[in-house]
Amino acid sequence: MEKFVLTPPDGPPSDVERIKRESNYLRGTLKETMEDRITAGIPEDDNRLMKFHGSYLQDDRDLRAERQKQKLEPAYQFMIRVRTPGGVATPEQWLAMDELARTYANGTLKLTTRQAFQFHGVLKWNMKKTLQAINDALLTTLAACGDVNRNVMCNPNPYQSEVHVEVYEWAKRLSDHLLPQTRAYYEIWLDEEKVAGTPEVEQEPIYGALYLPRKFKIGIAVPPSNDVDVFSQDLGLIAIVEQGKLVGFNVAIGGGMGMTHGDRTTYPQLAKVIGFCKPEQVIDVAEKVVTIQRDYGNRSVRKHARFKYTIDRLGLEAVKAELEHRLGWKLEEARPYHFEHNGDRYGWVEGVNGTWHFTLFVEGGRVKDTDDYLLMTGLREIAKVHVGDFRLTANQNLVIANVPSEKKEEVDALIKQYKLTDGKHYSALRRNSLACVALPTCGLAMAEAERYLPKLLDQIEEIVEENGLRDEEITIRMTGCPNGCARHVLGEIAFIGKSIGKYNMYLGAAFDGSRLGKLYRENIGEKEILSELRTLFSRYAKERLSGERFGDFVIRAGIVKETTDGMNFHD
Amino acid sequence: MLPFQVTNSPFNEQQVDLLNRLWPTLTPAQKLWLSGYLAATEFASTAVQQEAHVSKEITILYGSQTGNAQKLAEKTGEALKSRGFHVHVLSMLDFKPNDLKKIDTLLVVVSTYGEGEPPDNALSFYEFLHSKRAPKLNHLRFSVLALGDTSYEHFCKTGKDFDQRLKELGGERLYERVDCDVDYEEGAAKWLDGVLSELNKQGGGSVTVLPQQKQVQPASNYSRKHPFQAEVLENINLNGRGSNKETRHIELSLEGSGIVFEPGDALGIFPKNDPALVDLIIQEMKWSGDTCVSVEGKEETLREALLSRLEITVLTEQLLQALVSFSRHPDFHVLLSSEQEVKRKEYMKGRDVLDVLRDFGPWDMSPEQFVSSLRKLQPRFYSIANSLLAYPDEVHITVGAVRYEAHGRLRKGVCSTFCAERLHVGDQLPVFVHQNPNFKLPKDANTPIIMVGPGTGVAPFRSFLQEREAIGAKGKSWLFFGDQHFVTDFLYQTEWQAWLKNGILTKMDVAFSRDTDQKVYVQHRMLERSKELFRWLEDGAVVYVCGDKQHMARDVHQTLIHVIEKEGNMTSEQAEAYIAEMQKQKRYQRDVY
Ligand code: SRM
Ligand SMILES: Cc1cc2nc3c(=O)[nH]c(=O)nc-3n(C[C@H](O)[C@H](O)[C@H](O)COP(=O)(O)OP(=O)(O)OC[C@H]3O[C@@H](n4cnc5c(N)ncnc54)[C@H](O)[C@@H]3O)c2cc1C
Ligand SMILES: Cc1cc2nc3c(=O)[nH]c(=O)nc-3n(C[C@H](O)[C@H](O)[C@H](O)COP(=O)(O)O)c2cc1C
Ligand code: SF4
Repeated sequence: MEKFVLTPPDGPPSDVERIKRESNYLRGTLKETMEDRITAGIPEDDNRLMKFHGSYLQDDRDLRAERQKQKLEPAYQFMIRVRTPGGVATPEQWLAMDELARTYANGTLKLTTRQAFQFHGVLKWNMKKTLQAINDALLTTLAACGDVNRNVMCNPNPYQSEVHVEVYEWAKRLSDHLLPQTRAYYEIWLDEEKVAGTPEVEQEPIYGALYLPRKFKIGIAVPPSNDVDVFSQDLGLIAIVEQGKLVGFNVAIGGGMGMTHGDRTTYPQLAKVIGFCKPEQVIDVAEKVVTIQRDYGNRSVRKHARFKYTIDRLGLEAVKAELEHRLGWKLEEARPYHFEHNGDRYGWVEGVNGTWHFTLFVEGGRVKDTDDYLLMTGLREIAKVHVGDFRLTANQNLVIANVPSEKKEEVDALIKQYKLTDGKHYSALRRNSLACVALPTCGLAMAEAERYLPKLLDQIEEIVEENGLRDEEITIRMTGCPNGCARHVLGEIAFIGKSIGKYNMYLGAAFDGSRLGKLYRENIGEKEILSELRTLFSRYAKERLSGERFGDFVIRAGIVKETTDGMNFHD
Repeated sequence: MLPFQVTNSPFNEQQVDLLNRLWPTLTPAQKLWLSGYLAATEFASTAVQQEAHVSKEITILYGSQTGNAQKLAEKTGEALKSRGFHVHVLSMLDFKPNDLKKIDTLLVVVSTYGEGEPPDNALSFYEFLHSKRAPKLNHLRFSVLALGDTSYEHFCKTGKDFDQRLKELGGERLYERVDCDVDYEEGAAKWLDGVLSELNKQGGGSVTVLPQQKQVQPASNYSRKHPFQAEVLENINLNGRGSNKETRHIELSLEGSGIVFEPGDALGIFPKNDPALVDLIIQEMKWSGDTCVSVEGKEETLREALLSRLEITVLTEQLLQALVSFSRHPDFHVLLSSEQEVKRKEYMKGRDVLDVLRDFGPWDMSPEQFVSSLRKLQPRFYSIANSLLAYPDEVHITVGAVRYEAHGRLRKGVCSTFCAERLHVGDQLPVFVHQNPNFKLPKDANTPIIMVGPGTGVAPFRSFLQEREAIGAKGKSWLFFGDQHFVTDFLYQTEWQAWLKNGILTKMDVAFSRDTDQKVYVQHRMLERSKELFRWLEDGAVVYVCGDKQHMARDVHQTLIHVIEKEGNMTSEQAEAYIAEMQKQKRYQRDVY
C-alpha cells in the first residue's frame, strides 16, 4: 500500500517541548521542589511535568488579592485527577476517595466530565501521602493530565450489562495500553528505587521522549446514548451491537472543543467517522492513531497542536491512508448507528442480568455535604453496604450500579434517608445542565461556571415554567472559558465565560451531540441572558414542531446559522 | 608611697609612667620645692582639686537587657563627671571581676528579667559575685539602682541580690538602694541626688569647681515623657483566613519628628484601655464616667482617666494593698494577710481590676481614691520591623493580638488588641523609640548572621535584612522562622522569598507546629541543620534570638548548647563556656519578651 507523504509543520518547538526534552522522562526537579518548605508552590517547569503525574498546581483565586496585601504567597494547592477508565469504581475505592477528600483535600469530591475523580486543595506536603493512598486503592493519577492519552471514557450503559462489561474491558485495555512507561511516577511518589542503567531510550515505545504534542482523548459510546460526546474526542469509538453482541467499533477521529476567544484559527471540531474495526483490532487502531498525532502534530504552537488541527491541515483522507498504512490493513465500511441523546437517564432501571442501577443527579459533579443535603455522607453509607460498583458518568453524575435485587431495598432505603435525588423534581433543563469547575480553582477561568450555573438556573426555571417547558429536555452548558471542559458548544444552549459576569451565548447544537452550536450573543450579563431566554423559550413553546428539539428549532427558525463543520464555526 | 596609677590618679598612662620614673629620683628638697611651686601657681585650686580627686575614682556597672539601665548608668556617669569625679561606666560583661579589689566606689544600675533573673549581660558578673571566688570588699562603698516592674512577681530581684551580696562581702552602703517601677525616671533622679550628696559629705568632689561638661544632645526631643504623635499609615492583618492568630503589621509616619533608630531598637507605644472594660468598671461601682478626678495633678473625667491614663488590667501587690482599706469584704483582708501570699499570687494570675471590684465588694471608695490607687498605664514595646534606610520617616511594627480566656471572661491584651481592634489608618498614636544597644547588627557587614525569630520574634529581622540590603552588606544570613500553620501564619512570607531570590537572605528554615502530627519548632530545624549551624558559628556568625522568652528562648538556648556539644564534640561545660564567650563577644544577642 503506497504511503501518503505527510509533513509535520515547521517552526521552533514550543517551550513545553523543551521542558519535556530536558525532563528525563517526566522527572525534572520535582523530587527537590516538592521538598522546598519555603513555598507551597513549585516552579512553572515542574508544574508542566506535574500534569503528566495527574496533578496541577493551582491557587484559591478567591483569596489572591487579599493574600497579596497580607504579604502571603497565593494560597497554593494541588488539584489531583484520578484515572478511572470508563468511570468505574468499586465501593472500596469510593470509600478511599471519600476518605482522602476529607483528610487531605477540601472536603469535596469532583466527578469530572471525563468520568474521573478530582481532588482540590491538596497541600504540597500532603501530595505524596495522597498519591500513595490513591495507588493503594488500586487507582492511579499517572497520565490523568499532560500531553498523553487521557482517561478513556465509556458509556456506563446500565441497560445492557454484558455489553457494558465488554466495552468497559476495551476501554480499560486502551487506557492501560497507552499509559506512559516511565518509572518517574513511581520513583517520585511511591519511593521506588531508581533502577540503575535503565535504557531510557526504550522507556516510551509509543510516545518517545517528547510524548505527544498535546493532550489526546479517547471515548467509547454505546448507541443510542452519546453521553460521552463521542464526536468531541480525538479518537471516538462507537460500539456496534448486533443481536445484543458487540461486533466492533466505528472509528471517528479529530474532535475537540477548545478554542481561544477572538482567534478564528482556533475552533471546536467534531470527530468524523472514517470506518469500522473489530474489537480485537481497536488497540492497534488507537496506537497507530496516537503515533500519527505524535509524528505530525504541531509542536511549535500549542494552541494548534491538537489532533483536530493536524487532520484539518493534512486532510481526513490523507490521515486515514496514513493510518491504514501504519496498520497494514484497511478499515471496514462504517456500520449504521443511531444516537438519541448525550445526557443521562436518571433513577432506577433494571439491567438485563437482573441487577439494578440507580442514576443519581449530582449538580456540577460536586460530591459534598451541605446543611440541607448530605450527599457525601449518604454515598459513603451506601458504599459501605454496596456490593456492585459505582459508575461516574460523562455528565458528572453517578450510577450506583449492579445492585442485586435482594440488595435494592437496602440501598433504596439509604437513598431515601439521605434524600439523594434523581433530579426528577428539577426541571429537565437542570437535569441536562453541565458546568465546568472554573473559579476558584481553575487557573484559566475568566468567569464563574460550577458555582454560578445552579443560581442562574433557579431564575431560568421560572421562565421555563412560564412557558410550560418544565419537562422539555434541553441541554444547557456553561464553561468559565473557551477551553470547553464541559463540552460547551455541544450544549443546545451554551455559555462561555469572557470575564466575571459576562458570557458569550451559543445556540443550535444538536441534542444528540452531532452538531456544534453557533455564537448568538457576545459578552452578555445575567439580565440580558434572562431576557434572551425569555423570548427564545416563548417562541420555542409556541412555534416548535412536534418533537422538535430546541437546538434544531433555533436553526429552522433562523435564529442562528447551522454549524456544519468546525471550520465554519466562526462564520 | 604607692606608685601613681591610672586608677588612683587623674593622670593618663603616659603621665603616670613619667611621674613614676621621676618621683623616686627626686630628693626631699626637690619635692618640697615642687609642691611650693605648684601651690604658688594660679592652678593651685585646681591642683588641690585634683589632689582631692585622686581617690575619687567611681566605677558604674550596669546590667541591662533593653537599655534602660545602660542609659541611666551613662546619665549618672555624665552627672558625676561634670562634678569632677573620674568615672568609668561599663557593662558588667566588660568589667573584669578582679578589678573589684582595686576600686573603692561602685555604683550598680541593673534591671531584672524573666522570672527575677539578671539581664544577659549581667549574668557572668552576678554569678562571680555569688561564687566562692568573690573577694572580700571591706574597702568598697557602693549603691544600687534597681530597675524592674511591679507587675512581676520578683520585683527588682537582681538589684536586691546585688545590694545584699555586696553588703555580705563587706561593702558599705554609700546610699540606700532604690527600686524603680517601669516609670523609673523619678526613682533614678532621687537615687542620683542621694548618691551625690553622700559623695560630697564624704569629702568627695566639690560641686562646682570644674567647668560643667556639656550634655550630649538627643537626636530628637521626643521621648517616653514626650511621645511623638505618629500617624498610622497602614494596619493589616498578616494572618490569612482561618488562622488562630491575628498579627498586625502597622506602619507609622515619623515625618517631622526627627526621630531616628537602628535595627534592633524597639518602639514604645502608649495604648488606650478597652472602652468596654472601662464601662464595666464604672457600672460595677455605679459611678458616673463624667466625674472629675485628678491624675498627677491633672483634672479629667473618670472615664478618660481609666481609658488612657491608668493600668486596669494588671494586678500588683501594691494595688491590692492600696485597695484593701476600701473593701468591706472580710475575705479580701484575709487574702492580703502576709501568710496568704501564695494564695494571693494565685489570685492575681489572669485577673484584673474588674475581678477585684466584683469579688470583694461592698466598697467604700470614691472614684478619686480608686484612681489614685492605680498605677499609670504603661507603654508597651514592639521590636521595630523596618530600616530607616529602606523606609525613611517610617517605623513599622508587628503586633500579635493577645486574647485569652481566664476565669470565665475573654481577656484582651491592652496594647495589642487596641492596635488590632481600634487603631485605624489616619489615627495618631503616641510613640517613642527605645534604643536597644544589646541587639544590633555587627559593625562588619561581612559577618554572617543567624536569626531565630518565630512568631512576632521575626519582626526585627525584617529590619535587619532591609538594612543589610540598603547598605549592600556581603555577609551571609540565615533565618529560622516558625508559627502554627504554613498557609495562614507565614509572616512576611513574600518578603523573605524575595530576599532568598536576590541573595540578601542566604538560607531560611521554617517550622510549622500544627501542620504535622508531631509538633516541630525552630529548635528542631536548628538541630536538623546542626552541622552547618556549627560551621557558621565557627566562621564567627552572630546569633540573634527574638520572641517568646518563656519557652522558645530557653529551648533555643538548650539547642545551641546541644549543637555545640554534638558538632564540636565538647562537654556540656565546654559548650556553656563557648556560648558564654560568644556572649562576651556580643555574638549571642537576645531580645526576648
Ligand atoms: C475537571 C474538568 C472539568 C469538569 O468540570 O469536569 C476539567 C478541568 C480543567 N481542564 Fe479541561 N477539564 C475537563 C474536561 C475537559 C474536556 C471535556 C472532555 O475531555 O470530554 C475538554 C474539551 C475536550 C477537548 O479536550 O477539546 C477540556 C478541555 C480543556 C482545555 C482545552 C484543550 C484544547 O486543546 O483546546 C484545557 C486547556 C489546555 O489544555 O491548555 C483544559 C484545562 C483544564 C484545567 C486543568 C485548567 C488548566 O489547564 O489549568 C481545568 C482544571 C480545573 C479545576 O480546577 O479542576 N481543559 N477539558 C474535566 C476533567 C476531565 C478528566 O477527568 O480528565
Ligand atoms: C523589648 C520587647 C520587644 C517586644 N516586641 C514585640 C513585638 O515585636 N511584637 C509583639 O507582638 N510583642 C512584642 N513585645 C511584647 C509586647 O510589648 C506586649 O507585651 C504584648 O503586646 C502584650 O501587651 P498587651 O498590652 O497587648 O497585653 P497586656 O495587657 O500587657 O497583657 C499581657 C499579659 O497578659 C497575660 N497573659 C497573656 N496571655 C495569657 C494567657 N494565655 N493566659 C493567662 N495570662 C495571659 C500575661 O500576664 C501577659 O503579660 C515586646 C516586648 C518587649 C519587652
Ligand atoms: C520579658 C521581661 C521580663 C521581666 N521580668 C521582670 C521581673 O521578673 N522582675 C522585675 O522587677 N522586672 C522585670 N521586667 C521589667 C524590666 O526589668 C524593666 O522593663 C526594666 O526597665 C528593663 O531595663 P533594661 O532596659 O535596662 O533591661 C521584665 C521585663 C521584660 C521585658
Ligand atoms: S473550561 Fe476553562 S474555566 Fe472551565 S475548567 Fe476548563 S479551563 Fe477552567
